[in-house]
Amino acid sequence: MAADTTNKLIVNKLNAYFNKHHALHDVSLSFPDKRVAAIIGPSGCGKSTLVRCLNRMHEVVPGARADGEVMLDGDNIYGDDVDPVQVRRRIGMVFQKPTPFPTMSIEDNVAAGLTLNGASINRAERDQIVERSLRQAALWEEVKDRLRRPGASLSGGQQQRLCVARALAVKPEVLLMDEPCSALDPISTARIEELLLELKAEFTIVIVTHNMQQAARCSDMTAFMYTGNLIEYGETKQIFTNPTRRETEDYITGRFG
Amino acid sequence: MDHTQQPQHTNRQYEEDLRGLRAGLLKMGGLVERQIAETIEALVNRDSDHAREIIKRDQEVNRLDIENDEQCIRLLALHQPTASDLRFITTGLKITTDLERIGDNAVNICERALELNEVPQLKPYIDLPRMAEIAQSMVKDSIDAFMRDDTDLADQVIERDDEVDMLNYQVYRELLSYMAEDPHTISSATRLLFVSKYLERIADHATNIAEMVVYMVKGKMIKHVETRRREEREASS
Repeated sequence: MAADTTNKLIVNKLNAYFNKHHALHDVSLSFPDKRVAAIIGPSGCGKSTLVRCLNRMHEVVPGARADGEVMLDGDNIYGDDVDPVQVRRRIGMVFQKPTPFPTMSIEDNVAAGLTLNGASINRAERDQIVERSLRQAALWEEVKDRLRRPGASLSGGQQQRLCVARALAVKPEVLLMDEPCSALDPISTARIEELLLELKAEFTIVIVTHNMQQAARCSDMTAFMYTGNLIEYGETKQIFTNPTRRETEDYITGRFG
Repeated sequence: MDHTQQPQHTNRQYEEDLRGLRAGLLKMGGLVERQIAETIEALVNRDSDHAREIIKRDQEVNRLDIENDEQCIRLLALHQPTASDLRFITTGLKITTDLERIGDNAVNICERALELNEVPQLKPYIDLPRMAEIAQSMVKDSIDAFMRDDTDLADQVIERDDEVDMLNYQVYRELLSYMAEDPHTISSATRLLFVSKYLERIADHATNIAEMVVYMVKGKMIKHVETRRREEREASS
């Protein structure tokens, strides 16, 4: 791992279950601060479960539980006195399909996280945060003249950037993205990828993707998962030119496993 | 990783395209090897007709060069190769260039042979056929190493390059003494000097191929190790 950066998130012997199904086996890895880490692997390998454990979203599903440690700046987010809502504030998430609140206006969508968190802010502050978040999500120029239009009036790619803006509005430190581009066309995908490179100046990003070229293009670190196990984790360049594990090799070159 | 033990690609067209490239490189390697062997025959036997035949056959080498290049580009464009596939294809791209240059060097030797055959033979050729034999075996082994992912064989090819360099120097000194003794020999001696140099270049190209094989199999660049070590020393001091 690069020596010039500290680890923002450290995962220690993480196990996750859906009722009796053991979905993650003793996963340990570290996500360096202000870097993009990609998680790749075939369907059902546990990559989405892993990211959902990183901000305690996994346990929201009935019958799902996790044990092990996830250290955020040295503090375990699974500690006894930790409020999951506060964890999710610091570790935001963007999902596979754009999920704007369809009837809410664009600006209300962005501000939704602020008010849902119960914080009371005045109009000026709110407008400022909306603008800042939309700029960070590279959407401001496209929507600044129609902030009161419904979120659903935007294109798929714009809706996804709106969701990024909504996640950024609460000033998270880590941004988790679960296949953020799988429902988008190549141009919208390219914009999201470009956005990732800009966002990593301020945020630590973990992205789950089915698209290996996407992982190769925009991540610094890549983790390969298979049947709930972390098979290999290393610098993206190394994983894609010379992986050490046979399973990784077979997967990224598209061979039968 | 040894390709012979690897499972096949899910994408059959991809698998087929990779095999096509492997076959194309094998064919080109075989042809180039034959060109060198026949070239030295034509030189030693002073057979001008044979030399002209070899020169003509270089068109086939060039055609295979273009075919292999296009196959590599096609694979890169259509399949976004990674890991061992990526290393195989980039190695193929470089090997085909080295093979094409080896073919050109064989042509150059034939051209000098045609000129040499116009005048009486300066001396019996002893070191040149030895050089040619080593260079030819280096080309053959480098291609075999490529086909079999055999880094031990590649290492042997790289080591043998020193022998060819030594013989080249020996030929140079010998021809120099001929020329110093009798200026009338200069015309033939310089041509033989060129032949020696071409053979030395052929061995260098075989060495390049062997170095790429090591990269392809291990993912490690071993080219220009000395240059890189020196740079690292300078950077750390």
